[in-house]
Amino acid sequence: MTKPTLAHTPCLNPMFRFQWEEAQNCHVLLYPEGMIKLNDSAGAILSEITGEQDCAAIIQALEARFPEAGELGPDVLEFLEVAHEQNWIRYA
Amino acid sequence: MSKTGSAMPEPTGPKQSAAPAVAPQSPPLWLLAELTYKCPLQCPYCSNPLDFADHGEELTTEQWIDVFRQARKMGAAQLGFSGGEPLVRRDLEQLIAEGRKLGYYTNLITSGIGLNADRIAAFREAGLDHIQISFQASDETVNNMLAGSDKAFQQKLKMAREVKAQGYPMVLNFVTHKHNIDRIDRIIELCVELEADFVELATCQYYGWAYENKESLLPTRAQLERAERITNEYRDKLAAAGNPIKLIFVTPDYYEERPKKCMNGWGEIFLTVTPDGTALPCHSARMLPIEFPNVKDSSLQHIWRDSFGFNHFRGDDWMQEPCRSCDEKELDLGGCRCQAYMLAGDMNAADPVCSKSPHHQTILDARAAAENSGEDSPITFRNERNSRVFARG
Ligand SMILES: C[S@@+](CC[C@H](N)C(=O)[O-])C[C@H]1O[C@@H](n2cnc3c(N)ncnc32)[C@H](O)[C@@H]1O
Ligand code: SF4
Ligand code: SF4
Repeated sequence: MTKPTLAHTPCLNPMFRFQWEEAQNCHVLLYPEGMIKLNDSAGAILSEITGEQDCAAIIQALEARFPEAGELGPDVLEFLEVAHEQNWIRYA
Repeated sequence: MSKTGSAMPEPTGPKQSAAPAVAPQSPPLWLLAELTYKCPLQCPYCSNPLDFADHGEELTTEQWIDVFRQARKMGAAQLGFSGGEPLVRRDLEQLIAEGRKLGYYTNLITSGIGLNADRIAAFREAGLDHIQISFQASDETVNNMLAGSDKAFQQKLKMAREVKAQGYPMVLNFVTHKHNIDRIDRIIELCVELEADFVELATCQYYGWAYENKESLLPTRAQLERAERITNEYRDKLAAAGNPIKLIFVTPDYYEERPKKCMNGWGEIFLTVTPDGTALPCHSARMLPIEFPNVKDSSLQHIWRDSFGFNHFRGDDWMQEPCRSCDEKELDLGGCRCQAYMLAGDMNAADPVCSKSPHHQTILDARAAAENSGEDSPITFRNERNSRVFARG
């Protein structure tokens, strides 16, 4: 399965640690001896991945956080698809 | 993973980095803490310095924590505990806890000797993020012969299983050379069986003890090509089966015509601190005729930004021909300084791996010697007794 639906609940692959890196001025994913720098939207989306919120709740939370951005659903689902392909996230 | 090539973080990903026009010296991303040179094993391929027995006193717990704090403040995100055997340090758990508290991703790089289930659990509690275990071979006899210990292989197997059982991401590391490379299929299968997340098939790099033992370690081109082909076949097979295991094949620079961009650039992302506090841009740089700074004498900020040792090979002003006017110099920055020093006798020379180097013949000679040397060339094991010989000599 690659494309998530609104009812899917993503969680971070425990291989990765997600955190803000001051020196990089961005969110990153840390993994054994490596680091992936994330752009602002990827960082914002991943910060909503708690393992508890489903995709619908994540989209809602992001739309509330960035009201000026309009409808975010398609972009978020598309990113989650990529994130899943990259093995950054899993579905519960 | 402390060796060149595979040791480095890969700052790749979706972010298009908006670098300022005049970039100030970027911070170190990787701090490799070589906690001790003590080690219960005697791997003849060990990249540690030959004269390790002669090095000064180890940093104290407090000194290490201070180093971690300083490097983290500068921007380091990855902290590796290595050595020697880091498990020899009794304060390892405390060092892990401090590293994790500071926000590092913490990596334990170990032979597995000195590990047990309780210690693995205690490290987890302290916040350790990942464990890398090195094996000497897929075959128990060869493994134990190279390690210089009858119990090593079984201990490693047991600990690898325990590491996974306790939920850590696990990297398995095999340094490959003449004595184990023909069983690469078995190595990969063992790693699959042990559920490794990453496998480093780390072509031996010829520094330290490995350089001393080059004659008996360097595989032939045919051996390497076969190993690479089999690795690729396994990659396809494993991917098709949906196995997420990643096989990393570190390129064998003795069989290349262009050198590697060593450490991703001298003093760019990598900072090693040796047991006695000497700070190095790469774990093997201490062999160079350069005075490197010590964390006991200067701040890391000063060491990284201002010290002579760290600035020496930044940029390309130091280059001589053929590198200076070479149109590929941005690609490899002239290669490894240690290799230039060892093989060309001049640390400012082009890395002799490069076919444009006037010393490339040394590499061709090593390849030829690999074709002719039998299984039974003499081996010098890495231990204190042998090290003292080099220290005095
Ligand atoms: C120097 S060891 C220290 C940690 C621990 N004693 C161990 O062996 O895992 C650090 C890592 O470097 C690898 N290594 C040692 N010598 C090497 C060499 N000549 N070339 C490439 N990797 C090497 C080891 O297998 C290990 O993964
Ligand atoms: S001798 Fe082997 S186990 Fe010991 S530090 Fe060197 S590579 Fe690691
Ligand atoms: S001549 Fe120097 S810069 Fe050019 S490819 Fe060879 S090592 Fe690299």
